[in-house]
Amino acid sequence: MTTKQNTDNYYVPGLSHWPITASLAIGLLGFGASLTVNHMTGGNILLLCGFLVLFFMFAGWFSAVAHESESGSYNAQVDKSFRWGMSWFIFSEVMFFGAFFGALGYIRLYSIPDLGSLEHQALMWPGFKAGWPSAGPHFSTSGFSPMEAWGVPAINTGLLLSSGVTLTIAHWGLLKKNRTQLIWGLAATIALGMTFLVFQALEYSTAYSEMNLKLTSGAYGATFFMLTGFHGFHVTVGTIMLWVILFRSVAGHFTPEHHFGFEGVAWYWHFVDVVWVLLFVLVYIL
Amino acid sequence: MSTVTHDHPHDLSHDQDHDHHDHKPTGIMRWVGSTNHKDIGTMYLWFSFTMFLVGGAMAMVIRAELFQPGLQIVTPEFFNSMTTYHGLIMVFGAIMPAFVGFANWLIPMQVGAPDMAFPRMNNLSFWLLPPAAFLLIAAQFAPGGGAGVGWTMYAPLTTQAGPAMDLTIFAVHILGISSIMGSINIITTILNMRAPGMDLMKMPLFCWTWLITAYLLVASMPVLAGAVTMTLTDRHFGTNFFNAAGGGDPVLYQHVFWFFGHPEVYIIAIPAFGVISQVIPAFSRKPLFGYASMVYATASIAILSFLVWGHHMYTAGMPVETQLYFMYATTLIAIPTGVKVFNWVATMWQGSLTFETPMLFSLGFLFLFSLGGFTGLVLSVVPVDVQLQDTYYVVAHFHYVMVAGALFSAFAGIYFWLPKWTGKMYDETLGKWHFWLSLIFFNITFFVQHFLGLAGMPRRIPDYALQFAEFNKISSLGAFGFGLSQLLFLYVVVKCIRSGEKALDRQWDGADSLEWTHLPSPAPYHSFTTPPKL
Repeated sequence: MTTKQNTDNYYVPGLSHWPITASLAIGLLGFGASLTVNHMTGGNILLLCGFLVLFFMFAGWFSAVAHESESGSYNAQVDKSFRWGMSWFIFSEVMFFGAFFGALGYIRLYSIPDLGSLEHQALMWPGFKAGWPSAGPHFSTSGFSPMEAWGVPAINTGLLLSSGVTLTIAHWGLLKKNRTQLIWGLAATIALGMTFLVFQALEYSTAYSEMNLKLTSGAYGATFFMLTGFHGFHVTVGTIMLWVILFRSVAGHFTPEHHFGFEGVAWYWHFVDVVWVLLFVLVYIL
Repeated sequence: MSTVTHDHPHDLSHDQDHDHHDHKPTGIMRWVGSTNHKDIGTMYLWFSFTMFLVGGAMAMVIRAELFQPGLQIVTPEFFNSMTTYHGLIMVFGAIMPAFVGFANWLIPMQVGAPDMAFPRMNNLSFWLLPPAAFLLIAAQFAPGGGAGVGWTMYAPLTTQAGPAMDLTIFAVHILGISSIMGSINIITTILNMRAPGMDLMKMPLFCWTWLITAYLLVASMPVLAGAVTMTLTDRHFGTNFFNAAGGGDPVLYQHVFWFFGHPEVYIIAIPAFGVISQVIPAFSRKPLFGYASMVYATASIAILSFLVWGHHMYTAGMPVETQLYFMYATTLIAIPTGVKVFNWVATMWQGSLTFETPMLFSLGFLFLFSLGGFTGLVLSVVPVDVQLQDTYYVVAHFHYVMVAGALFSAFAGIYFWLPKWTGKMYDETLGKWHFWLSLIFFNITFFVQHFLGLAGMPRRIPDYALQFAEFNKISSLGAFGFGLSQLLFLYVVVKCIRSGEKALDRQWDGADSLEWTHLPSPAPYHSFTTPPKL
């Protein structure tokens, strides 16, 4: 079934053990995580095994795909399938973030003002003043400082926006067959992404150690850390993807006509950028 | 409505050159490592039927307990766990995988493609289901028993439930990943793998309905993942999304959940519409009436489904203006749904009808799904819903949609395509018995629940007041009959596979999609390795 250099037939791969490996990994992770969050024995071991199998699977499956791509198995139609697939995957990610942005909006527009209404003040929480940032009536006395937008977060915005530019410069290099520009563009993007992550780690540590701002700090803490945390996780995944693309570029993969692997990662990186801009406006500034 | 209505009277198997080397992989790797859309479709369908029996057994426990007033058989906690996992398993384990099984089997053949766009990811979509099912079953044995929180998993009950809740949450995550990957595969297959000449507006309607369903899944499943993730962090990591003391709100969970939950209703119903839109024209021997309006109506339903979630929470505390908006938006869905029902009836008008089992199930669907739609319209009216919220009227309503709607349509589809899948015919007499038994017992079970609900019997409670005893007894007897009738279905399918008579390449003379006109029965293991000429 494996056809090479075939421009007529769609590439249908033969039997593969990667899907069942992935299923095993995700099953172990799900069961292990359920045990771990309840402090039951064996949970950590299962989680560890799950992660090991998961990384083994990612490495194996993606190298198989990169190998197939380089050996010319993928014709233009397959390439187009990848583009559709990646676009819809990113759309699903947009909807996932949408749930958390929606929660932030609901809490700010409805929950907090409701709790500050006369009815709640009279019956449950006298003296609670609605406003934002807020940790809610029960936690508001504990006191925390909200994260300022115009410090590290503003620098991080600059870093991520520039990384979008360097990535495009790398893409131009790929299109012009300028290998050096491609590789240095990618390296710069990775450097900016990793600096972003270091700054975010510093920001989190300051929040915990000096500002008393924690995941448990009521509605503000929950929305702040969950939104920026999931974004940071996506930046981490994006950075790993960029490393893979860098290694592949160094190894001489990709041609100006055939480089979906590069473009898929680039789309993902730009998506992560856009989410950050939304975060910066909705979480930090407003 | 398709370009391929012309007949191919000669032996179809000679059209395909691959019957000489139509070799299948052997051993367990054929299934575990499969990249074949037909094998993966088969696995989906058998998995779905297994889960249907598991969820059905849970329904039997529920109806046995409700056979008489008072606590008879199970503890209230166990009863609540049964209603919860009956719902979750039937929705995510039985009905959705059944239609994904249809999609896998049929979409590549109907658009003239060699396989799904991403065959390995297709296999992963399936193989994620067993671990998720394992977690849901394991939840029954967690300390404290299964989580009796209802399939909707409302906070704050879920933020306080035992370890079973975490198993359930991760099961939902895994099911979501599976659905999203399956949907991306289906969308890509339809958009990019059609044979030359198979324009979008010439596709069989089943493909259209799945294209739209897949869009709904990609858009709504991540939102459910977000909702249960917030539940998880509220439970174990100290966040306060659903805790008013921390500035959150339990009602927030309901908003996020139903933003997923209402499209989910159509994720189940729309592929059912697709199956019915294939079966009714075939047995009316006429093209589908109003093909284009069917496509537009389906798309309208999909778009509207994202704008009406509030009708599930009229009584949760909502300003009257918001209630009015959700009420009007909800009643609007009756228009495209009416277009569809009209078109199905108009397809039959002046057709030369015959009533084989698939057609019988389709007609059952048409009557009973419309009835379920009407009770939905009743519930969309705020002042009425305030009375009927969380009563057996709601239970009756959504079982008319889910069982007589989606499940009957799945049965119609299975009887319709079994000859194509297996190359053998099922026993028509037994098939008709299955239909009539299902139809009668279904109505005995659920029709009386309308009366129970109107009289005020609340759902998800193991005990009830004495005046509800008669109708509950009738309903339980109907449910036991319905459950037993489904074992007949299993027998019919197994008998068909083992000893059915040989089926024709075009078993139904009115069927005009590619799998009937261009492929032999059974469909070869690899079909359309080169695109068919249309």
